[in-house]
Amino acid sequence: MSLLKVTDLKVSYGGIDALRGISFDVEEGEIVTLIGANGAGKSTTLRAISGLVKTSGGSIFYDGRDITSLGTQRIVSDGIALVPEGRRVFDNLTVKENLSIGAYLRKDKAEIAEDMEHVFTLFPRLKEREWQLAGTLSGGEQQMLAVGRAMMTRPRILMMDEPSLGLAPLVVKEIFNIIKMLNETGMTILLIEQNANAALRCAHKAYVLETGRITMSGTGVELMQDPRVKDAYLGTK
Amino acid sequence: MKKMSKLQTAICFAVVVLLFVGGWLVEKYAGTSSMAVTVLQKGAVYALLAVSMNLLNGFTGLFSLGQAGFMLVGAYTYAVLTIPMAKRAAIYQYYGGGALQFTMSFLPALLLAGVVAAAFAAIIGFPALRLKSDYLAIATLGFAEIIRAAVQWDVLGPVTNGSNLLKTYPTLKSILKGTFMQGNTVVFVFFMVAVCIGIILLVINSTYGRAFKAIRDDEIAAEAMGINLFKHKQMAFIISSFFAGIGGALLAMYQGSLQANAFKSSMTYEIMLMVVIGGMGSVSGSVIASFLFIACQEWWLRFLDETQFIGDFQIPLLGSGFRMVVFSAIIMVVVLFFRKGLMGDNELWNLKLPKKNGKKVKA
Repeated sequence: MSLLKVTDLKVSYGGIDALRGISFDVEEGEIVTLIGANGAGKSTTLRAISGLVKTSGGSIFYDGRDITSLGTQRIVSDGIALVPEGRRVFDNLTVKENLSIGAYLRKDKAEIAEDMEHVFTLFPRLKEREWQLAGTLSGGEQQMLAVGRAMMTRPRILMMDEPSLGLAPLVVKEIFNIIKMLNETGMTILLIEQNANAALRCAHKAYVLETGRITMSGTGVELMQDPRVKDAYLGTK
Repeated sequence: MKKMSKLQTAICFAVVVLLFVGGWLVEKYAGTSSMAVTVLQKGAVYALLAVSMNLLNGFTGLFSLGQAGFMLVGAYTYAVLTIPMAKRAAIYQYYGGGALQFTMSFLPALLLAGVVAAAFAAIIGFPALRLKSDYLAIATLGFAEIIRAAVQWDVLGPVTNGSNLLKTYPTLKSILKGTFMQGNTVVFVFFMVAVCIGIILLVINSTYGRAFKAIRDDEIAAEAMGINLFKHKQMAFIISSFFAGIGGALLAMYQGSLQANAFKSSMTYEIMLMVVIGGMGSVSGSVIASFLFIACQEWWLRFLDETQFIGDFQIPLLGSGFRMVVFSAIIMVVVLFFRKGLMGDNELWNLKLPKKNGKKVKA
């Protein structure tokens, strides 16, 4: 049974269909990526799974249960965390406070402290900047913080919305290394990217999203070699 | 919140004690009716009002302009409930002696003032808090104007006394009369304001407070982390209004008489100015700014309203109303050159103390 199963998901914003019925599934321990151009509906998919936008049709099953109509709070505490697009750290809170917000819905103090230590071992640079305001961090550090903050919810699935957006190439590489490393420790990852090259390279499974529909799917390597994908998303012939 | 060092805790404690002792000494030697005491009393009340507004505007990022409305609700609740039975007939002479035929002592009435203001906030917050930034400001401003008009409405007269004056309720002086605190109004106000601000500080530094700040910094991210936006905004709004209500009641106690017409939107703007001058998101900034503001308004700039001579030379321009011109200019300078207010979003007790070896102390 897949950990996350999306069937015929539809979302519309004020009459305009952003998602016209997409289906995909995510197995435990996988990195699954959705690639596609601007406005294809990638972010909407993640927001719908998080319960941040209302769905207008279809269903989302998580761990065998229907979570389609649950609120964000339930979904987050059940173990689906979102790293929002553009990092969105809390600028005027310290790094540590940002991480605490991630654990907002949890009451288990000892485990929260443990998880914070875990995040600090994953990202030693955050540990160095524990008391610094998040707004003063570099873009890469903020992305680490956003990932760490999501990790503080103790998720089973980490959904990342364009983690490479607006970052320098070297930093992008670092972020993808982090994604792979998290996956190796057993984290299931649902990744959205415009940087199709890097995303497909690390993905076990990939879907191509075009104007609200899934047009292609396969393993990351398969799609990388598909001439249509090459032409449209990878810029190589 | 960052952990305070022992030294900082000690300094904070010492500052609070000094304030109390200072207030006590001023009143003892300058007399209860002196200008210094007036400034200390009014400044303390406004400090609470500014801090409660800061909780909403500075810490939760909700731009609300309903402060005067909630103060009015608090002030009226307090006054209406505490007017002595013997005086009711005289005060409510146009409304047949008034509808309420009971009276209570000041402390439960003070608490009720907060509770009633908070209840109003809960009702208004339900539709208003779904609005964003400017629209929320307009909605809350509208509420404040409506409540001011409603209180003066004839039909409510038997309770509110319409647009007539409410008086003879317990004031700062009369509450303390005959107790061991007699004549120590400053210490008394300081104590009540300190308790309220202390509670607000506890809220700000709790996990709820952290959630408020997260909402201020980024609503979408806060929501994605599972923070219920509406619930937390509502909570901040209710807590802020509770203390605005108490502040209003304290203001009534300070003034000695009460009229709805005084609670105009300019009162909200004054408090807003204190918050901005002190620094959005700084409790100690709000407190400092309130005292400075009140001192300038009531005392230090008063001389500008009278004709002054240097020798035989009469200084031009000085005269009635000139104080407000200078006052406005000072405010402009503060806003221009201290963009983030006097304190930014720092607290007095979090300011970094330089250490001998040049390393900054982790505050």
